[in-house]
Amino acid sequence: MAVTVTIPTALRQYAGGNASVTLAAGSVGQILAALTEQHPQLGKHLYNEQGALRSFVNIYVGDEDIRHLQGIETPVPDGETVSIIPAIAGGAGSIHSW
Amino acid sequence: MVLSSLSNEEIRRYSRHLILPEFGMEGQRKLKQGSVLLIGTGGLGSPLALYLAAAGVGHIGLVDFDIVDESNLQRQIIHGTSTLGIRKTESAKMRLRDLNPHIDIATYETHISSENAFDLMRPYDVIVDGTDNFPTRYLTNDACVMLGKPNVYGSIFRFEGQATVFSPKHGGPCYRCLYPEPPPPGLVPSCAEGGVLGVLPGVIGTIQATEAIKLLTGIGEPLIGRLLLYDALALRFRELKLRRNPDCPVCGDHPTVTELIDYQQFCGISPEESYRDSTIEITPREAAEWLQSDHPPFLLDVREANEWDICHLPGAVRISVNELAERMNELDSAVEMLVYCRSGVRSARAVDLLRQAGFRKVKNLAGGILRWADEVDPSVPKY
Repeated sequence: MAVTVTIPTALRQYAGGNASVTLAAGSVGQILAALTEQHPQLGKHLYNEQGALRSFVNIYVGDEDIRHLQGIETPVPDGETVSIIPAIAGGAGSIHSW
Repeated sequence: MVLSSLSNEEIRRYSRHLILPEFGMEGQRKLKQGSVLLIGTGGLGSPLALYLAAAGVGHIGLVDFDIVDESNLQRQIIHGTSTLGIRKTESAKMRLRDLNPHIDIATYETHISSENAFDLMRPYDVIVDGTDNFPTRYLTNDACVMLGKPNVYGSIFRFEGQATVFSPKHGGPCYRCLYPEPPPPGLVPSCAEGGVLGVLPGVIGTIQATEAIKLLTGIGEPLIGRLLLYDALALRFRELKLRRNPDCPVCGDHPTVTELIDYQQFCGISPEESYRDSTIEITPREAAEWLQSDHPPFLLDVREANEWDICHLPGAVRISVNELAERMNELDSAVEMLVYCRSGVRSARAVDLLRQAGFRKVKNLAGGILRWADEVDPSVPKY
């Protein structure tokens, strides 16, 4: 009974460099809790000070945004993939932007 | 609408399009009639502009204020060594002129802003977002929604890219439906901080060019309501569903944002924050004197290991800004400290972190290694 959580490049440094993590099936909330328990540094990038998911980090179960499912209560069946998709802004690479 | 005709010369040039049954003369004439505004002539804008010009898009607008820098050429293939130091819009225009003399190219040497966005976008059929920062992405989105124009979106980071077409007019979502709010400054690294594989914008920009051509000609199925994800390292494409949010403040059923706002402020970049405190920041020359004095400061480099390998200042100790919170116990708050990075942005963040943790004697090297190389030691490479 396992699900795969894919970690985007921008957050891999907070997840021990892993591109994906295998965790026990459950709800999205349970899976993310298990993930941040393994990798505590990920926590502040996924949750805000109030403990809610940050609005620039989207969570998908399969190809569907959990906001259109049951949010963090969304059940994730065995073998399914949970994707963390943060906003990225790169494109021009202006020397003045940084 | 009467479509413009093609000259014999143009027919020869576009023959490989014309013999595509789905494209034909009609598709080519629609391209000739069509117009695309490219916001940014950088990594994404380079392949975009080249392919759109080669394909025969009749009117191409280029918005960029930047000049061509050596560090651009690893990925910004529209520019070249011969155009270093000149405006990107001019450099791009010369290349596009050479590629296709049959099209109009308009250049706008400016930052797109809430004041000029409508005027810039209004004459164009399709807007392509190839910028590199959140304020401009939200501005481009909101202005496109308000003008009812499709926004061909692409974004890249390190080895990963995203692309989609935002077009509420076609029933699809907008950028704010996907990401209602921007990340606070500093939490998501930029390409200049995080790096980017040079060919990555080639892949994503070419996908954006494909979508712009499909929108102009009306062929195929546009990438609306779908977010395409590309992972260059795994060489994998994935597609996620995007849905319009009926409560979206811009494109929703009851919009609350009906005119352009201050996007710097929206993204948490306040004038006070971008102002650097002169008591905390010192210039490279002051730093050099301080380091050579009898009481030199502890020198802290907050960059990543691969950047340290490129160059570093003698005597420095490295702790990445990303590890600083966990490794603060390795530092002594009693000693004077000078913090530096590549350009002074990450080190300013590190100084903030340290000060909040009670380190009172910390200063930031203004302009980082880049300015150090300009003003103190030209032998240090700029990257």
